[in-house]
Amino acid sequence: MIDPRDAGIALQLAGVRLVLAVSSGKGGVGKSTCAVVGSLLLARRGLAVGLLDLDFQGASCHTLLGCRPGFPSEDRGLLPLEPVTGLRFATIASFVGERPAAMRGSALADALREMLAVTRWGALDVLVVDMPPGIHDTTLELARIAPKARHLVISTGSVVALTVASRLLRHLGEAGTAVAGLVENMAPSGIGVPGASAVRFCPRGGHRRAGPARGNRLRARPRADHRRRRGLRRPGGLSGALLTLARSKSTHWFGTP
Amino acid sequence: MHEWALAEAVVESVRREAGGRRVLGVRLSFGELQQVDRGIFAAAVADLAPEAGLDAAVFTVEVEAARFACRACGRRWALAEAAGLGEDEREAVHFLPEAAHAFVRCPGCGSADFDVAAGRGVSIAAIELADEAPGPSP
Repeated sequence: MIDPRDAGIALQLAGVRLVLAVSSGKGGVGKSTCAVVGSLLLARRGLAVGLLDLDFQGASCHTLLGCRPGFPSEDRGLLPLEPVTGLRFATIASFVGERPAAMRGSALADALREMLAVTRWGALDVLVVDMPPGIHDTTLELARIAPKARHLVISTGSVVALTVASRLLRHLGEAGTAVAGLVENMAPSGIGVPGASAVRFCPRGGHRRAGPARGNRLRARPRADHRRRRGLRRPGGLSGALLTLARSKSTHWFGTP
Repeated sequence: MHEWALAEAVVESVRREAGGRRVLGVRLSFGELQQVDRGIFAAAVADLAPEAGLDAAVFTVEVEAARFACRACGRRWALAEAAGLGEDEREAVHFLPEAAHAFVRCPGCGSADFDVAAGRGVSIAAIELADEAPGPSP
């Protein structure tokens, strides 16, 4: 038996310049928020942006976008929703709503393949993929079908989150997957607004210095690295970082294995 | 008409597999679960095949019955026994077969932990190639 979807995926992603997988080691670090906010910011800057929620068991991009996705329209495939002008969006919630869809590994990989094979994204500067937390079937399958995708790893500054993020970064490094950077989310803002959270961004390479540090040193290192990169440390740094990434001439293009 | 995207994937996949050799026949398997509209699919293939150099290929379809297998109690059951699939749910499963995991439960024990053991979606069962050397690229 030949699975025709790999060929279909290559066709559907042919117009996508960059696949950016927003991933994390632990859940609850604000990965979906970064994916959604980042997508909106890029769309506002005039880039053609797609957002794909691949966190099948924790789909939340639609909640963050404030929409209740229905079935997509059909035109030689499934057309992404457009919950916000300029943002194309696809999610499993279009098909299952808020019901749990308990799936084992092979079904997760099948769902990912099916959605990518039939969704007509058209020409995109960047397809932001909200990944499930951790390293499992979705991570491995995306690496197989989109080997040039880059990962933006989200963590908080806690040792717990950074230790696991470091594990993910190590896996991505061993797999030869490009890492766009490490975001320390929910960092103290430093702008004197009580309760405000900020994003700090370590561009590619910063994570290498983050791991394999031990204990509390892990927390300090991304910040230390970050301070050397002025302009990316203020709140809103995610926007600038993503924009730089999406416009970078060194951006990897999507390619089939 | 998301069948078009499935047809496009099949045609492109066959074109790649053939590697320039003439394709005489393609045998497809349609999983019962996905309920692909064969008429729309055939019309899309008829539109797409000539451009992919598959104008000589005859596409045939066999439908594979859907079978679910419960991981908790071991029961196996057919699509006809799958309660919880109304019109909207079938439409969702048509678009994304894995949506079945949100609607179907084991009729024996009620578990959500099951596999779609057979008859899921579209696959290519066989490609019949002409017995000749690859022609020159156009």
